[in-house]
Amino acid sequence: MSLDMSQFLQVFFEETEEHLAALEQQLLTIDVASPDAEALNAIFRAAHSIKGSSGMFGFDDLTSVTHVLETLLDKLRSHEVTLQAEMIDVFLQARDVLWQLMDGHRNGAPAAPALGAEMLQRLQALTAAAMAAANGETPAAAQLEDDADAGFGFFADAPGLPDIDAPIVLAESFADEVEAPQVFGFFSDAPGAPKAEPAASAEDDLGYGFFVDLPDPKQEKKADAEAFGFFDDAPGAPSPEAEQAATQSSSAEPSTAAPVAPNPAPDSVPTKPPQAAAAVAETEPKADADNKPAAVAKAPAVKVDSESSSIRVSVEKIDTLVNLVGELVITQSMLNQLTGVLDPSEYERIFHALGQLEHNTRDLQEQVMSIRMLPISFVFSRFPRLVRDTSGKLNKKVELILQGEHTELDKGVIEKLADPLTHIVRNSVDHGIELPADRVAAGKPEQGTIRLSAFHQGGSIVVTIADDGKGLSRQKILAKAAEKGLSVNDNMSDSDVWQLIFMPGFSTAEQVTDLSGRGVGMDVVKRNIQSIGGRVDIDSALGVGTRITIRLPLTLAILDGMILSAGGVNYVIPLTYIVESMQPLREDIRSVNNEGQVIRVRGEYMPLYSLHELLGMAAKPPEPEQAIVIILEAEGRKFALLIDYLVGQQQVVIKSLEQNFHRIHGVAGATIMGDGSVALILDADALPQLAGQHELAYES
Amino acid sequence: MSHENEAQAGPIREYLTFTLGPEEYAIDILRVQEIRGYDQVTAIANTPKFIKGVINLRGAIVPIVDLRIKFKLSEPVYNQFTVVIILNVADRVVGVVVDSVSDVIGLAEGAIKPPPEFGGAFDTQYLLGLGTVDERMLILVDIEQLMTSQEMALVGASAEGEN
Repeated sequence: MSLDMSQFLQVFFEETEEHLAALEQQLLTIDVASPDAEALNAIFRAAHSIKGSSGMFGFDDLTSVTHVLETLLDKLRSHEVTLQAEMIDVFLQARDVLWQLMDGHRNGAPAAPALGAEMLQRLQALTAAAMAAANGETPAAAQLEDDADAGFGFFADAPGLPDIDAPIVLAESFADEVEAPQVFGFFSDAPGAPKAEPAASAEDDLGYGFFVDLPDPKQEKKADAEAFGFFDDAPGAPSPEAEQAATQSSSAEPSTAAPVAPNPAPDSVPTKPPQAAAAVAETEPKADADNKPAAVAKAPAVKVDSESSSIRVSVEKIDTLVNLVGELVITQSMLNQLTGVLDPSEYERIFHALGQLEHNTRDLQEQVMSIRMLPISFVFSRFPRLVRDTSGKLNKKVELILQGEHTELDKGVIEKLADPLTHIVRNSVDHGIELPADRVAAGKPEQGTIRLSAFHQGGSIVVTIADDGKGLSRQKILAKAAEKGLSVNDNMSDSDVWQLIFMPGFSTAEQVTDLSGRGVGMDVVKRNIQSIGGRVDIDSALGVGTRITIRLPLTLAILDGMILSAGGVNYVIPLTYIVESMQPLREDIRSVNNEGQVIRVRGEYMPLYSLHELLGMAAKPPEPEQAIVIILEAEGRKFALLIDYLVGQQQVVIKSLEQNFHRIHGVAGATIMGDGSVALILDADALPQLAGQHELAYES
Repeated sequence: MSHENEAQAGPIREYLTFTLGPEEYAIDILRVQEIRGYDQVTAIANTPKFIKGVINLRGAIVPIVDLRIKFKLSEPVYNQFTVVIILNVADRVVGVVVDSVSDVIGLAEGAIKPPPEFGGAFDTQYLLGLGTVDERMLILVDIEQLMTSQEMALVGASAEGEN
């Protein structure tokens, strides 16, 4: 094996991360009182997979910890020991230790050996304690080697199959690369013999072979990944032992297998019991009445995750694809523009083909964009643990409710959303939810609730974090703001007061409660969300709770924009900022102090800027009667913008100006129009700040 | 500029020469991505006048600088003969407008004389030296340094400059 393994290391780390995440998720959701067999299996599988692959790379610390973990998990799922809440805690800690160990390997600085050793001891102690607690006679299987967990071979459960005289069983077990010796052998079970291997390898990921299945209604047959083979289901063999044997089959050595149904099936026509259906999902159900146990079993060299068929592609490649499709869309609209002058009746076929092209392009674009979309559960999934840990540390009782985890949004948005969300959720547990005693005193249920939800609204994604805690205190915030020297007064509206917590320096450490916050402050939360084109709003009621609403664009690459023209140049303004557009009346426009202008819209006065002036164009702004005014709302304030005319609404692909140039105040980016020209996307938030920067006389 | 053969030492490097008014300049050919005509530039607000705006170069947004305006060497005329040199400097793509592109010449290192104290319209810190080819004097420009300088306002966070 002089193979260069390093090239697979990255894959190993990614997979291990996934397995650890799965492990954690299952541990957090499992019901301690009556654990779901499938959940236990999933946890076991995760540990097992990590053990296998870490052994392959020689990460012995990972292997040894997972091995002990797996042993205990195996006993759990075989009901030898019962699950206790304490175990979950230790398992979760084990998961953290494994993560640290893995991280150590990844960064080339292996974690202290003591870390793994300590966890190893804890797990062993836990196993010993659990075994002691499981008092009473351990079934035969309990003595079985845990290591031989993948059985390969042919297992003929011969009893009563008349056409099998001397079933030949070849069992090869070598899943545990480290400890288990490879066992090859022929096991001959005489028909009717009390000891027969009950479809042992059906349990395992790597089971290939021929299995004769005993469809005991209770039989749990868990060929969860890749059991290939022939399953002969012999209905009507109700054997309690079969169940036990099957559940322990992974740890069963063929020679010591539990006894199996002595009663032969009356009829060997394969009929799959429902339990087996799942097991055979990935199998070749070539079950035949004619069971030839003699066949070749081959051990798969590579383990393939059959549960989700996906491939890993670098984000770079996808981004290139997205860009190329963007180009295609532009080229396509250029074609449309060029052919627009042609006579449709004369060039019918060209138009038909162009229509087809447009259709295909749009489909292609949608599909390509969807590659970048991920369910928001990628971020949400970290919160059950976070809430559990934080609330545990603070002695609070908090229930986290997740809603709309399947809402999809751009990977770029998701990544940037993780930190702000973590901060907000932690704040909710820390500052929002009260201690159980205080909650009861306030007439609330002892357990606080944090509700995380995500949903689509219009062209954006809305994420809300709502808690039923004590809410924000107006007085405390105002007092703190005054202390900080911010200009505040008691008459500020609630929403203005809540916005104060986003001010830099209004750090969580001194905020509202005396509990200290960690990590980024709320100002960073707001900045992060704004950097991905999102908005944050707060609603809060003292004693009732707080709700933080984050509005995000669906994707970072495409924007719904309004194209407008000023001074003979086209500009794009994101549709989300536009409140309305109108044709102004001269009498509605007043000047203030002979400097600025305001416009009255249904009794409301708002500042009026002309885009020509803001952008320092040579062209003079038009007379108000011949112009259009669009009302924009940015950073909570409304203002009016005078432009020449509206061109239309269009989805535009956002292009970076910074790649070859630099950021320009008032410009958010650029896009390429149908005719191949470049149009600038205006940054509505920054536009009012441009006013007064130019000393151009405004003569209207 | 007499004895041409005396200074043919050192490796020969190729330069693209172009004119700005009466002066002839040369830049490292390896910095040149392509040469194209001048068309459809989108003006950008609040940028110096010599930054004509941005163009769509096969999907990339590329700023265009008119060196004629920047160095006040000739009257900017935009017609079908106006030439844009697309440069690749410091991982950026930038277009510069010049009066005309002459040719590509090879110059040995030894043929390059140190720049004089005054360097034509360019600050001497952006000059590599002076070269002579067929009795023509070429001003060798370190285009990468020039384009990334503060003066060009092409990189960096601020767009401040002469308006």
